[in-house]
Parts: sequence; C-alpha cells; structure tokens
Amino acid sequence: MKNTDEAEPMNGDAKNGGSAGTTGDAPDKSGDGLNESGRTPTKSGSPADSPADSPAKSGSPAGSPADSPAKTSSAAGSAAKSGGSAGKRFSRDRLLLAVAGPVLALVVAVLLTSGVLLASGKSPFEPYQLMLEYAGNADIQVLIVNQASSYYLAALAVAIGFRMNLFNIGVDGQYRVAAMAAALVGANVDLPGPLSIALIVIVAMLVGAFWAGIAGILKTTRGVSEVVSTIMLNAIATSLIAYLILPEQFGVQPKGSNNLTTGDLPESSWFPGLHVSDVAGDIYGFVFVAIGCGVAYSLVLGRTRFGFDLRATGASESAAAASGVDAKRMVLTSMLISGAVAGLAGMPVLLGDSHTYSLNFQTGIGFTGITIALLGRNNAVGIAFGALLIAFLDKASQTLDYNGYEKEIATIMQGLIVISVVVSYETVRRYALRRQQRKVGEELAAAARTTTREEVPA
Amino acid sequence: MRRVSSIAVAGIGIAALAFTTTACGGSSSDSKKDKGVAIAYDVGGRGDQSFNDAAYAGFVKAKKELGVKGDDIEPSEGESDADKVQRLTELAREGHNPVIAVGFVYAPAVKEVAKKYPKITFGLVDDDTVHMKNVVNMVFNEEQGSYLAGVAAALTTKSKTVGFVGGVENPLIKKFEAGYVQGVHDTDKSVKVKVQYLTQPPDYSGFKKPDSGKDTANGQLDGGADVIYQAAGDSGSGVIEAAATRGKWAIGVDSDQYTQKGLAKFKSKILASATKAVDEAVFNLVKSVKDGKPESGTVRYGLKTGGVGLADSNPAYQKMTKVVEAVETAKKKIISGEIKVKTTP
Repeated sequence: MKNTDEAEPMNGDAKNGGSAGTTGDAPDKSGDGLNESGRTPTKSGSPADSPADSPAKSGSPAGSPADSPAKTSSAAGSAAKSGGSAGKRFSRDRLLLAVAGPVLALVVAVLLTSGVLLASGKSPFEPYQLMLEYAGNADIQVLIVNQASSYYLAALAVAIGFRMNLFNIGVDGQYRVAAMAAALVGANVDLPGPLSIALIVIVAMLVGAFWAGIAGILKTTRGVSEVVSTIMLNAIATSLIAYLILPEQFGVQPKGSNNLTTGDLPESSWFPGLHVSDVAGDIYGFVFVAIGCGVAYSLVLGRTRFGFDLRATGASESAAAASGVDAKRMVLTSMLISGAVAGLAGMPVLLGDSHTYSLNFQTGIGFTGITIALLGRNNAVGIAFGALLIAFLDKASQTLDYNGYEKEIATIMQGLIVISVVVSYETVRRYALRRQQRKVGEELAAAARTTTREEVPA
Repeated sequence: MRRVSSIAVAGIGIAALAFTTTACGGSSSDSKKDKGVAIAYDVGGRGDQSFNDAAYAGFVKAKKELGVKGDDIEPSEGESDADKVQRLTELAREGHNPVIAVGFVYAPAVKEVAKKYPKITFGLVDDDTVHMKNVVNMVFNEEQGSYLAGVAAALTTKSKTVGFVGGVENPLIKKFEAGYVQGVHDTDKSVKVKVQYLTQPPDYSGFKKPDSGKDTANGQLDGGADVIYQAAGDSGSGVIEAAATRGKWAIGVDSDQYTQKGLAKFKSKILASATKAVDEAVFNLVKSVKDGKPESGTVRYGLKTGGVGLADSNPAYQKMTKVVEAVETAKKKIISGEIKVKTTP
C-alpha cells in the first residue's frame, strides 16, 4: 500500500529489539489502519524520527524534502519542538478525519436509501424512526449486542487478514466448520464445566485455524490466491458439514424432529450470560470475550514486534523481506490466526444460546464480517461500532414488516453503506493527503526560514 | 497520550453499550390487543407456489370463513434462532393468537417463546418435538402422498426412467424421496429413479432457486427421465417449467399445483400433485382457537384423514384409468397398513 517507508525503522538494530523507541513509535502512528496520517513525534525523540515519520504518512514527494531539516542539526531541536505542537493539532485532525469517513458514508447511505424509499412512493423518514423506536426496547438491545458479538469476532478475523493484505473470504466456512466441530466435541466429552468450555473454545480455534491454514499453505507453497481458495473452501465446508451431520456419521436427529443436530451440550458447558431482565433475556457471556479479543487485537497489532511485522508485510512484502521478515511465514501465521478468530465467531451462539450445531445454525456471518471490517477500517473500536450498526440494522429492521414497510430496506442500506464506505474513505484519504502535503510544505518553509535566520548570525 | 486516548475511547464505547442496554428498562413486549392470527413463514416465503403458499391458503380460508384478522411475516436469509425467537415474540406480544410457525426450523424458537406466553396457542408445522400445553405440533405423513406419486410416475413413464428433484437434502425432503422411490419400485422394479438435490443444508437456497431447479430437471430430462417429481418449494416451479416446456410430465407437491395461478401456463403437464394439507392444518388450528377449544399436542395428518394425498385435478390424469385405479389401490393398502411406507431412503 502506501507505507513502504514504515519498514525503514525496522532494519538493523530494530530486529534485535535494540531501539525499542523506534519500533514502539512506528506501529503507533499507523495504529488506526488505513488512516496513515503519520504523527510528528511528540516525545522529544531523536530528531531522526521526525523525517522518517512524515514521509510515512503519504509516501508522497513531500517525503524527500522532509529529509533536509533533519540534516541541519542545529535546527533539529526547534523543528522537533514545533513538530510537537503540530503533533497535537495533527492528532485532533486525524481523529476528525478518521470519523469523517464513516460518518460521510453513513450520511450518503441514508440519503440514498431515502431516495429509494421516495422512488417507491414511501415515506423517506418513517422507517428510520420506526427502527430507532424499536431499538429502544431492552430485549431488542440485548439481541443487537448478542448478534454484534458474533459479527465482531468475524470482522476481527477478516481485519487480521486485511492488515496483512490478505483477503480471507473464507471466514464463513471457517466459522461453520469450527462451530460444528466444537459442538460435536462438546456434546461428547464429559468434563467439568470450565474445562469443557475451554476445550470447546480451543477446538473451535484449532479447527478454524486448520481450515484457514489450508488456504495459507496453498498460498505459501503454490501461490494460490487466498481469495479463490477460501471461496472454494467455503463450498467444501458446506458439503463436509452436510456429510458429517448425517445420522450415519456424527449427527443426531431428535425424535419427531426434521432437524439434524450434533447433540446437545451438557448444561455444565453452557457459557453463563449476563442476565438483564426476564423479558430482555441474557447478554451472552461471550460478548465480553469478544471485547477482550478486540483489546488483544489492538495490542498485538499495535504494540508488538509481531504486529509490526504483520503490518509491514501487509504493506509491502518485498520491503518487509528486505528488513528480515519471513513473509511466507507471516502469511501462514496470519491466516492461522484469522481462522482461529473466525472459529471463535460461532462461540457466542453455541455456548450462549443454541447449545448445539443444527441445520439452522446461522450462516453468512463471515460475509457480514467483511462489510464490518471495511466499515470499521480494521480498527478494533471502529469494528465494534460497525458490528453494532449492522446488528442494529438487522434486528431493528424486523419491525418494518409490521408497519407497512419491507425489512429489506435494511438490506438495501447495508449494501449502500458498503459502497459509500469505499468511496468516502478514498475521498477523505485524498483530502487528508492534500492537506498534509500543504502542512508539511508550510512547516518546511517555516523551518527553512528559521534555519537561515539562525545561521546568518552564526 | 495516544495510549490513554484509545483506551478512553474503548471505555466510552463499552460504557455506552452497557448504558443503552440497562438504561431503557422497557421491552418490546407490552401491548395487549387482539390482532388475530399470525403466520411466520419458512425459507422461501409466500409465493413459493407450494409449502408456504399452502399455509397462506389456510390463512386466507380462515380469514374468509371465520372472519379472523391476522398478519403474516417472512424470514430473512441466514438468520439465527434468536431472530426467530424475536419474530415469534413480536407476533405474540402484539396480541396474535394463534401464532403459527411454518417449518421445523422454528422448533427451538417455539419452545422458548411458548414458555413466555402460556395463554397463546402456538402452531408448529413439520415438527413434533415441542410438547407443551399451548403448542400444537402439526406433522404430516409426506411419504404416503409421495408413495402415490411414485405409483403414478411408474405407470406413466414410457422411458422407464423417472426423476426426483429435492430442494434441500434434509431429513424432511428425504421423506418425500423415500416414499416416492418406494412407490415407483413397488409398482415397477425396472423403472430407474434419478434422485437429485439442489443444495445441502445449511444452505437452504435450494428452496428458492427456480433456475437451479430448471437446470437440474433439464439434466434429468436429458438423461431420459419423462416424469419428474419435485419437492423443492419455490424451485419446484423451475422443475415444472422445464418438464412442461419439453412436453414431459411433472408432479407437483404440497399444494395442488394444477390449480396454482403462477403455474397456469404449464398446468396441462402437471400430472398430479402430492398434497400436504398445511392449509387444512392451519385452518383447523385457527378454528379451534376461535371456538375456544384450542388444539394441543401432536396432530398428525396422513392419508387416512386426507391430510396428505394425490390431487387429481388434471383431466388428462383422470383419463388414465389404469393409473388412477392403481393409485386408489395403493392408497387403500397404505391406509389399511398393508403397505408400510419408509420415511428414510
């Protein structure tokens, strides 16, 4: 993508964990994903940091002139200082810009949806009002939060791939295979509660990782595009599950039922939920695990060597390889992690609600996850909001059917969000780039002026 | 600084989340008006010319003859059990009685919601697992009707090859296959049966892909089949179209498809239909609730009660006296118990 320069601080000592300051700082600046408006260092770090930083944000021509003030060592101090004050401004700008993308996308999507409603001769506003009112009910909120937890985990799985420049479309298949295997193990193993839950979760992660790992190995050894292989693996997952769930294999057909299940989990391995009220029901306990996963995702990607390697490889495989990262291993590892997280996506429902994998286990979560990861810009907090938004649209739209509208309005809106997200992020990115170039230009000019002034009396 | 801010943002996010769920104490379940009947459809929804439309027909009949009101609601694709619970809860809390869930996929949801609304009667079509006082399990002997379809097919085919197209390969549709194949083979051992399914669960799209039904039927027709029986919901219309267009026989399912408006163009080639009186079941349940004596437990619809059967609206079929006779004989034998029809292939 754009931050090839980011690999720069990596070479040499960084690998030995030598300059923790450098490595620590670098991942920080791209901490929120695509929005790589690099931050001028606020800590009075070595002045060398500042040039390395500013070009990173754009990889634009502005990069090369940025080198010059650093060389004029006498000016470095003051430059860093002015950089400090600019840093604050930058981070506020950056937050605004980061929010601007999704907000713009949402506004556009809402307007377009209203247009569709108008075109079909309906009120362009009432559906939103109905949905918001409906979502004011506690039981619907519980439903939204519970659904969002599955979406969130699926979106994290997708985002891990995105960060690595891998498009894991197979999250859906990984999720289903993992959920089924975990349900099967859970129903047939007799362990004390917590151990059993741990076992189920671990099995889910391992199976999800295995299913994604197939695509990973195909890519690293044979160069098969993960897009193609994961789509294929989705189809294979469907057939494999259909086969395994037959009563002749591992499935169970409860008497009098036309459904097939994997058998029920013993009650001891149900994941306790947070009881809200009798009407509203329980928030799955796994919601909190999902939040934990989001925090872990942020920390691992943003604050560790591994996360940095991963993002560096995603940004430019060759540059990462040049600085000593084993790109192939990173591809495989990130595919495995993505799959493991995808495996977790089925756990909220399995452990909190259905307690079995049956023919009507929810499908399509992996694809929704792609939407959400895009919407949340691969950022843990952004994805959380994205997951809640999509879950809100899903659940609240159900009320439309009772009020003379079609709930498919929400589906139209989700589609429009995806399109407008892509367009608005690009628009905002270009705007930010132009702004930054101008700012850097101004700063350099200012720095150049001070330098000349200082140099003259000397 | 950034570390602090991102943690703060996360904290605010979580707090906001917790706040929204706890602050608004209300729930969507607090209104009490009589809204009449509620029907929640299975995948495919209304307009599938078969299963769901049969339920709809029963609903319409009840509206007309009993003067009841009501609503009917379609599902979303790939939804979870929680969504079904939400749908049924919503219908129950609005004051619908009875609430009829069409399709076995609703079983877990009915189980959960029926507990919360003990005064409302819940109907569950195609499943016999929820045994509560206010739940009616409406089940059918699909294999018996399909057996008769098999008899008719075996006696009509000239190429000694008949076809079966199932929508989704699940235990329910396998019952149709089992009865049909047995019916064919009991009648004429030399007839070959081509069996194909459009999708495997959990991919339920096989019930709503007429184009895919058409392709599969064309494949069977190319392979020499000249009578095709389908149990594929909405996809079945594609099967009928393919067979009729090439002048071969199709056998309808669930509703009497000869009389379906959407299939009028092809009706002369719809030999017969293996009916499944979901409409009758729905009507009976609504009537029982209206009369103040709601049904309860398991209500089974078989050949004996006319709950399943072979509809013979097509005059061309009525003229095939030999076939009609053989079907009648088979019907009597099934009712008397002389013929036991398998429920699994």
